[in-house]
Amino acid sequence: MKSHVWRPLWVLLGVIALALVARHFVVPSDFGVGERGFMYGFHRKSNEDDWKAFKVKYLTKEYCKECHEDKYESNMASKHNLIECENCHGPAIDHPDNPAKLVIDKSRALCIRCHAKLPYPTSHRGEIKGINPDEHNPGEECSMCHDPHKPDME
Amino acid sequence: MTNMKLTRRDFIMTAVKGAAVAALPLSAFKILSPSEAKAAIKEANVRWGFLVDTHKCVGCGFCVKACKNENEVPYDVPVTRTWVERYVVLKDGKTLIDTPHGGREGFTEQKVQEKDVDPKNIAKAFFVPKLCNQCENPPCVQVCPVGATYQTGNGVVLVDRTWCIGCGYCIMACPYGARFFHPIHKVAEKCTFCYHRITKGMKTACVDACPFGARKIGNLKDPNDPVTKIVMTERIGILKDAFGTKPQVFYLGLDDNVR
Repeated sequence: MKSHVWRPLWVLLGVIALALVARHFVVPSDFGVGERGFMYGFHRKSNEDDWKAFKVKYLTKEYCKECHEDKYESNMASKHNLIECENCHGPAIDHPDNPAKLVIDKSRALCIRCHAKLPYPTSHRGEIKGINPDEHNPGEECSMCHDPHKPDME
Repeated sequence: MTNMKLTRRDFIMTAVKGAAVAALPLSAFKILSPSEAKAAIKEANVRWGFLVDTHKCVGCGFCVKACKNENEVPYDVPVTRTWVERYVVLKDGKTLIDTPHGGREGFTEQKVQEKDVDPKNIAKAFFVPKLCNQCENPPCVQVCPVGATYQTGNGVVLVDRTWCIGCGYCIMACPYGARFFHPIHKVAEKCTFCYHRITKGMKTACVDACPFGARKIGNLKDPNDPVTKIVMTERIGILKDAFGTKPQVFYLGLDDNVR
């Protein structure tokens, strides 16, 4: 056959070879079919480690207890023992190195998350002691009268 | 008899070897089924599942706040990995549903979607936390054209941020609306079951933040796990069963109004 027939074929083969070379450099070496098979498990394996290495920010009460045992004890003895320290004090992250001081959320908005009265007969929310935020000392911080660590005392 | 050289040493060695073989329990030679063999390998012996007890949720929204801070989802942008819905079913049969800012500031108003609700007219009202169902058959993974989203061996669906092209197919494919576009990374974003926490033996940020134990995470392959025990013994519900996605987030006290 004449060369003008063969020439496009060589061009095509060249394009395929180029694509394969490019693919070799672009696709990560650990890209493949994982445990869940081709349909659900087709991925870059090292991405699982990327997600595992994500920074943990909320360290829970057990971490706070290590230094602030007195505060931990007083909280655990109160009705607010259900609530994590970090829900009001903010995530510990690397405290006490970073941040050196946690910013406490003393806002009314925080307290009324639970204590704004909602008259719901079939929800546990209806049983929580609550106020009407528009009528009960509007504008004042709740902690002026109520100690969040000992909510029973006024 | 003289050419049978059985020394005292040989005799003792043979006797010890024979005793050792006889002492091997028969179970050591038991042939495992493929699933048993798989279960024996620890890595494959985890399937993360989630349990939501809607009876316990009071709509405080601490879970949403903690999730956003923990997973660096911008707080003031109206996107979130988990959210809380309020259902107020009136005595005339009407149902009011809302989720202001995904419930990140909690539910503090009696008004539902700016509408006044007469407390005497409420038949039932409750809160339903929602998050990615980490489906056994995730439709969001099937549609990804580049292999950027996938399911790990322990059942969690993740997004590879370096590989996602941001086409948004997965966001459209999720029947639960659990995916969204990350405003900073410009890729598809979703709940990871706090993969960085659960793989360290911690609980997810939302589970830790919930004061009332409405959220629980556990290993469904461990029969002694508290979550597995509840899933196996109590009457649980899942969302949008008919889609065949096989959600692994189970609900206690699910109402017909919740979809």
